[in-house]
Amino acid sequence: MASVVSKSSVPLSSEAAVNEAVVVRFAGDSGDGMQLTGGQFTLSTALAGNDLATFPDFPAEIRAPQGTLFGVSAFQINFGSTEITTAGDAPDILIAMNPAALKTNVNDLKAGGLIIADTGEFSERNLAKAKYESNPLEDGSLSRWQLLAFDISALTLESVKPFGLGNKEALRCKNMWTLGLALWLFDRNRQPIVDWLKAKFAKAPEIADANIAALNAGHAYGETAELGVAVKQLHVAPAPAPEGLYRTVTGAEAISLGLVAGAQLASLPMFFGGYPITPASSILHHLSRLKEYGVTTFQAEDEIAAIASAIGASYAGSLGVTSSSGPGIALKGEAMGLAIMTELPLVIVNSQRGGPSTGLPTKTEQSDLYQAVYGRNGDAPMPVLAARSPADAFDCAIEACRIAIEYMTPVMLLTDGYIANAAEPWKVPDMATYAPFTARFLDAVPEGGLKPYVRDEKLARPWIKPGTPGLMHRIGGIEKEVNTGHINYAPANHQAMTELRRDKILGVSKGLKQDIALGEEGDQLVVVGWGSTFGPIHQAVRRARRKGMGVSHIHIRHIWPLPENLGQLLESYDKILVPEMNTGQLKTLLRDQYLLDARPLNKISGQPFRIAEIEAAIEGMLS
Amino acid sequence: MTDIATLTKPRVETVLKDWETDQEVRWCPGCGDYAILKAVQRTLPQLGADPANTVFVSGIGCSSRFPYYVESYGFHTIHGRAPAVATGVKLANPDLDVWIVTGDGDGLSIGGNHTMHVLRRNLDCQILLFNNEIYGLTKGQYSPTSREGTRSPSTPFGSVDHPAKPAAFALGSGARFIARAYDIAKQLPDVLKAAYHHKGAAFVEIFQNCIVYNKDVFADFTEKKNADDGQLWVEHGKPLLFSKGTKGIALDREALTLKVVDVADGDWEAADVIVHEVTNRAVAHMLVEMPFGPFPMALGVLYDDPAASFEQAVMAQNATLASGKAPDLQKLVSQGQTWTVTRDGPEL
Repeated sequence: MASVVSKSSVPLSSEAAVNEAVVVRFAGDSGDGMQLTGGQFTLSTALAGNDLATFPDFPAEIRAPQGTLFGVSAFQINFGSTEITTAGDAPDILIAMNPAALKTNVNDLKAGGLIIADTGEFSERNLAKAKYESNPLEDGSLSRWQLLAFDISALTLESVKPFGLGNKEALRCKNMWTLGLALWLFDRNRQPIVDWLKAKFAKAPEIADANIAALNAGHAYGETAELGVAVKQLHVAPAPAPEGLYRTVTGAEAISLGLVAGAQLASLPMFFGGYPITPASSILHHLSRLKEYGVTTFQAEDEIAAIASAIGASYAGSLGVTSSSGPGIALKGEAMGLAIMTELPLVIVNSQRGGPSTGLPTKTEQSDLYQAVYGRNGDAPMPVLAARSPADAFDCAIEACRIAIEYMTPVMLLTDGYIANAAEPWKVPDMATYAPFTARFLDAVPEGGLKPYVRDEKLARPWIKPGTPGLMHRIGGIEKEVNTGHINYAPANHQAMTELRRDKILGVSKGLKQDIALGEEGDQLVVVGWGSTFGPIHQAVRRARRKGMGVSHIHIRHIWPLPENLGQLLESYDKILVPEMNTGQLKTLLRDQYLLDARPLNKISGQPFRIAEIEAAIEGMLS
Repeated sequence: MTDIATLTKPRVETVLKDWETDQEVRWCPGCGDYAILKAVQRTLPQLGADPANTVFVSGIGCSSRFPYYVESYGFHTIHGRAPAVATGVKLANPDLDVWIVTGDGDGLSIGGNHTMHVLRRNLDCQILLFNNEIYGLTKGQYSPTSREGTRSPSTPFGSVDHPAKPAAFALGSGARFIARAYDIAKQLPDVLKAAYHHKGAAFVEIFQNCIVYNKDVFADFTEKKNADDGQLWVEHGKPLLFSKGTKGIALDREALTLKVVDVADGDWEAADVIVHEVTNRAVAHMLVEMPFGPFPMALGVLYDDPAASFEQAVMAQNATLASGKAPDLQKLVSQGQTWTVTRDGPEL
């Protein structure tokens, strides 16, 4: 078989050894199973005790034409023996399953990094599809990197021959062959993957066996073949982690679990109204399997029906939840106003994606902050939370449920495509440490008569379920009279009700203290972030501090209302930098609320920040 | 139709007054909505309905003010979305009696999508669609049910689009109960009772006279002098007769359409008049498409053939899948591929 080796003399991943971390990117056709391969490599990495972060990056098309540049699906993982908070700026190793995957990814690879390529896919036809004029594996254009190219396709076919699969099915095992090689490279145990394959293909044992054979063959190839370059097994020491039970979790899983936990802590059944939309659908998928937790899922006819049904369920005494992404959230806007007006609990999860309009369905962006905080008709205040990572999404979802119930209000939880799909190790929480916030329903006419809009100390109105004798009343979207809730158009009443709604939501910030993720109050510069930029900001600030710069990192979970000490805290810094994957939305909010000179750092490419980009901005601010 | 679910619900004794709220009714004097409200308030005690267990859900428009005037639970929602809100209410608490009140604009224009889906899912509820062929609350624009040529503020030279037919739309969407009546019809309470007893989505189109913007648009069949020739009240097991029994509806076997036939001396069998069978979907399709003018307006319960309701199916599946599984949050969060970190490092 053809084995092409570059003449590069740069030793592999010398930097990795120093950094105690390695970045690997698997890239292939969207039908090559790269996300699956990445997911299993992630598990194996977690089991090796490394800290890790991943970044799945896949096309919007389900089965884009094979071999095309826009059909490339990639999965990046950064793992190491110290704390890992991002998926890594640039890969050390790129595994390219076809020419298109090579072309779209190779320029991200670190100089001297390793390319592993499947020559079996570098046919003239595929090279043309990837718009290569000559074969990059042979024309010397990859000389900045180390190249390990051999016919993975043929090796896979050879390894699965005994199982009598058709050519197409046999080639599907290529990803497991490649995974086997990657497992060898990092000296990993294959058994968990073997167990997983057996469970996954329990109904088709011959497929399981073929995949296991491919996995073993890839591993054996690394062990025995003369690879031609200085590829040695790499050992990345385990990262120190507190003792306990761990699992990997994606943001979508963590949100689903957090919502279930929130409903359980409130002793409520949960009703989830959803409509399929990328990248939010996986929450609907997860929840639809959890019937024993009192979860009813409803796939509605559209986004509006999804939220409207959730409002109806909340009215009837369940915890109503709906979820979508930007375009769907836009459609839900009017119904959010109804939930605000009728003061019913509701959780709205927005998995943000690139916009406006259909935008970039599978790419990540943080551009719905204005929409979340301001995007409704009328003075329509609503608490807004933002999760910083997949694991953090669990606690955020519980917090959203708590606020919704205690304040009788819709709450929006912002996450994004990156958090929804990315996986990270998660120390399984001890549920006994979570304080319950049991929902209370009015069950009898109170002294002085029934007043559906009378308020408690949090300014919340009572929750009254239909079916309760003696408490019949009417609610709706028309302005309510203070206390009675009757229709009322009087000027003074509207002023009073608007102020009550505002004050109730502002009250959510009572007792909320913003912490400093890294650094000291009164440093020279503070980098303020929200949502999934946590990782790159944190690492950039850490690096800057190591260089002796007086830089802090503040990461805001409560976007609205902002924590009560935030203004004072920010004022203690000389300068404020706000990196965001939008054109400066939190920056505007901070300027508006505190009249501070917050400076933006914006990236709107559909890709997460690189640490280096934020580091450069910090240095720029301090020079 | 016999219905076990409603039969087993405890009957609550009420009178009309128990269903009246203290709110001032704010429809125009003479509006057909008043008559419908009274008919509903008169019918509910006869059904033995419980105000505490009854929810009226509405959208936006004149008709949608309805919940404010009924002493039960009520939710005046947003334009067109009442069926979606009602779906959440019923799924969260299937024991509630859910009524949806909507109009031709609310239910067939902005909310047409939800009307279609609540019907095909067959959520157990009563849908009262007040059809006045006009937008009343926004001051008189033509609606999706307005006849071609309707002059209105938005169509000063006459509308040019073809109107929707509510009952035909409902049947086409998969509804299992279709009935028709008009605001001041004395038969309206009977139609409402049939709708209530039907388990599943019951669609009732009520022709309603908007005396301000579309006065007397249904007078051709609702006015006393036109009633005999203009109204065909259908009844299960009875021949489709009108004009005091002198005319009937028969099947034109050549054209596979309906035709009006003369009935001499009450001998409808000789005239081959169709006997109404409420479960006959094919005839129901012909009745809802029967054009008024050459034919009378078909009124009453046009179709009633119950099938499993949506909330029952959801509950049954939830119960099956949850049975034998105790909810355990700690177990739930510990699922998936896990490992334990000990002092010596991670292990499976």
